[in-house]
Amino acid sequence: MTAVLSVQDLHVTIGKGATTANVLRGVSLEVQPGEVRGLVGESGAGKSMLGRAVLGLLPANAHIERGTIRFEGRDFLGMPERERRGLLGRRIALIPQDPMTSLNPVKRVGAQIAMVLRHHLALSRRQALQRAAELLAEVAIRDPQRVLGLYPHEISGGMRQRVLIATAFACDPSLIIADEPTTALDVTVQRQVLQLVERLRQRHGAAILFVTHDLGVVAKLCRTVSVLHAGRVLEEGATAEVLTKPRHPYTRALLAATPRADRPADSLRPVPPELVESLWAEAHRIDRLPVAERA
Amino acid sequence: MVDLAVSAPIEHTSPWTAALKRGGPRLWLGGAVVALLLLVALLAPLIAPHDPLEQDLLSAQMPPAWMHGGDASFPLGTDSLGRCVLSRLIYSSRIAVSVAFIAASLAAAIGITLGLVAGSFGGWIDQLTSRLIDVWMAFPPILLSIVLAAVIGAGLTSVILAIVVVDWTRFARIVRAETMVQLQRDYAMAARVIGMNRGQILRLEIVPNLVPLIVTLLAVEMGVAILVEVILSFVGISVAGDTATWGGMIAEGRQIIYQSPWIMALAIGCVIVSVVGFNLLGDGLRAALDPVQRQ
Amino acid sequence: MNDILVRTGSLSFAYPERASTLFRRSALREVVKHVDLAVPRGSVLGLVGESGSGKTTLGRLLVRLLQPTSGGIQFDGVEIGHLGEAELRPLRARIQMIFQDPQSSLNPRLRLAVALTRPLQVFGRLKGRRDQRDRAAELLDLVGLPPHFIDRYPHELSGGQRQRAGIARALALEPDFIVADEIVSGLDVSTQAHILLLIRELRKRLGLTLVFISHDLSVIRVLCDDVAILQHGEIVESGPVAKIFERPQHAYTRDLLSAIPLPDVEPGWLTDQREVSVPHQQGSAA
Repeated sequence: MTAVLSVQDLHVTIGKGATTANVLRGVSLEVQPGEVRGLVGESGAGKSMLGRAVLGLLPANAHIERGTIRFEGRDFLGMPERERRGLLGRRIALIPQDPMTSLNPVKRVGAQIAMVLRHHLALSRRQALQRAAELLAEVAIRDPQRVLGLYPHEISGGMRQRVLIATAFACDPSLIIADEPTTALDVTVQRQVLQLVERLRQRHGAAILFVTHDLGVVAKLCRTVSVLHAGRVLEEGATAEVLTKPRHPYTRALLAATPRADRPADSLRPVPPELVESLWAEAHRIDRLPVAERA
Repeated sequence: MVDLAVSAPIEHTSPWTAALKRGGPRLWLGGAVVALLLLVALLAPLIAPHDPLEQDLLSAQMPPAWMHGGDASFPLGTDSLGRCVLSRLIYSSRIAVSVAFIAASLAAAIGITLGLVAGSFGGWIDQLTSRLIDVWMAFPPILLSIVLAAVIGAGLTSVILAIVVVDWTRFARIVRAETMVQLQRDYAMAARVIGMNRGQILRLEIVPNLVPLIVTLLAVEMGVAILVEVILSFVGISVAGDTATWGGMIAEGRQIIYQSPWIMALAIGCVIVSVVGFNLLGDGLRAALDPVQRQ
Repeated sequence: MNDILVRTGSLSFAYPERASTLFRRSALREVVKHVDLAVPRGSVLGLVGESGSGKTTLGRLLVRLLQPTSGGIQFDGVEIGHLGEAELRPLRARIQMIFQDPQSSLNPRLRLAVALTRPLQVFGRLKGRRDQRDRAAELLDLVGLPPHFIDRYPHELSGGQRQRAGIARALALEPDFIVADEIVSGLDVSTQAHILLLIRELRKRLGLTLVFISHDLSVIRVLCDDVAILQHGEIVESGPVAKIFERPQHAYTRDLLSAIPLPDVEPGWLTDQREVSVPHQQGSAA
């Protein structure tokens, strides 16, 4: 079975000359069809950058120094631009973080979903709107016909996120990148949204790369997880394993630093600064190697 | 501590150097032009080859020195009354500069004060001030100055007054809006929590955040003031008599445009250079003074 | 010496939904409804709620950034609910607030030396520039930041460092009571842990009384002695943290608790919830 996504030894930098920053330092990971992979890390770990690289949406000043990305066996980075763009939204989709800025405030919800459908599936306007209504119903929005005619600011944050999820699943993609889609949501809404994502995933059979900083979300949704720090994958494996028997000290430290509602107050342990320092020292050592020698 | 990466003492380049770098070529160019203008205005008696009012009818309408029929003693030629064009251009800068600085500063002083009051008091005070501004802004400035000139007589005072009376609204409106925005910020609320009264908050917290905006507006306003003065002296209701003004020179030059086109061209050139200089300076200052938010 | 430092009685706050005109008084939107709280001296009370619960408004009422529409607030036995600014001023030295986003709660144009000692300046407790720098360095030391940071601007600090600076400023006047409004939301797990432990340590060292506002129940568990659950402006349940977390009585509390994704793999979590389809909700953030 070909992996849906195969990233090998990806090195990405941003900027030039004196202000170059290494954001990914040799990241490798594989996602199988239908797998839900959590990509967990703190800010600056490079998880969003990895998601963008896979979508082909790296910022203009980013360079891929080394490494490959294969999507369904095809060389993603080597593809002509046009072909890559054809895949976006159709075979690879994104659930973005901030529903407020991801939806066009001056277009109605229905029009926005329909636009995506028509772009990729060559449907007529009426067919697209019909399908959009079906999608809204799938994400458990009551009265979808009415919502189609509303503007983004007329619906709540949770609903907006559902619209974005509906749009992501619209063309039955084989891979969905979810970039912290529940971070800004209330915890009860978050649960509903996660349940929804799981249900849709089962129905449409998509693989999901779920980017988050929340270990709890990973535990509930993701079968496997990769832990990132300073652009490197420090640990990966089945979520159940990684969370109960973490092998890397950083994973252990992260778990110990996560407050838990079911544990007494003094169980919280900060991440030891020496650990962070040594991780960064290692990262910078890699930076100093010439590109050809990094593996 | 985890934030060790940022804990090393930042080599603090002096804030001035940093600001100058941010300002870029616009700051340099604009600054140079304005500085030159100021210098010319200040040193006029020293650098002008002739008395700008001195007429020499025998040398009327001479072309610039490098053209056939020109004379080195009148580097840019003479007008129809035999007055040295170069000297008149130089002395005109005094009018331009005094109008620019005095009128702009007064307009700023009034506008900023009223803007702060309206923005911070809100309620009926704001309503009143805003309506006042609306009504006032509806006045066509040139018309107003003509009326003023009729009432208090032509002259520099009425020009300055006309500019101040119209343009204070521009400052007031922008400062009012920005004050309201800043007062919504958390730091303004934090200031209230520590017991600062309205005056203290405005003076110590808000105004420092308005400085970049105000400085920029001021620079641009100076350019505007010069233009207004030029228009008014073109029409003949600025300074009295045959005091040299660019506007006056444009008007006179227009009469003899076929015989001595350079008079009008040079005067217009001076106006353009001055106004562009102030605009560039304003633009450069805005970039230079707004570091903190840009990061 | 009063055992309860802060007490509220039927505290309410409402504001008009639209600006009233001459002809029509606008309907009032009640954000805080008849809230009764009692915060013992030296304790930490957690205020939990989702968006729209009114917790931020309640926090601002407690600090008298807002004036209650009705009901009372007592601070150390003194009724402060309807005091004017002049009378409130001396009390302000004892009641402080730490804001959620230090990016915006620290004046971007002021160096820390000035920003942190501003409270002292306002109360006339500074004795010149040397004193200002010394006090600023002391405050930074309290929160674990190096003294040379006094010359930095907020944008020259990391998120966690900024939050510490915000905490330092709240401590400048040596207050008795601090309201912390979502101060660790948006921070990384490791940074959050540091800040929480810092707050715990400061509370013990300085004998502070705290009201800690958060939407994150796990954070509340770590820091608070008591907790009050807010929904739509009302307190639906309150009590000691252990009791509420282990034996929640109210349905909403139970919903909240079960919705927290703990970092344990739990196969039924995603599927065994009753299907809740989402009705159209006007414009709220949830």
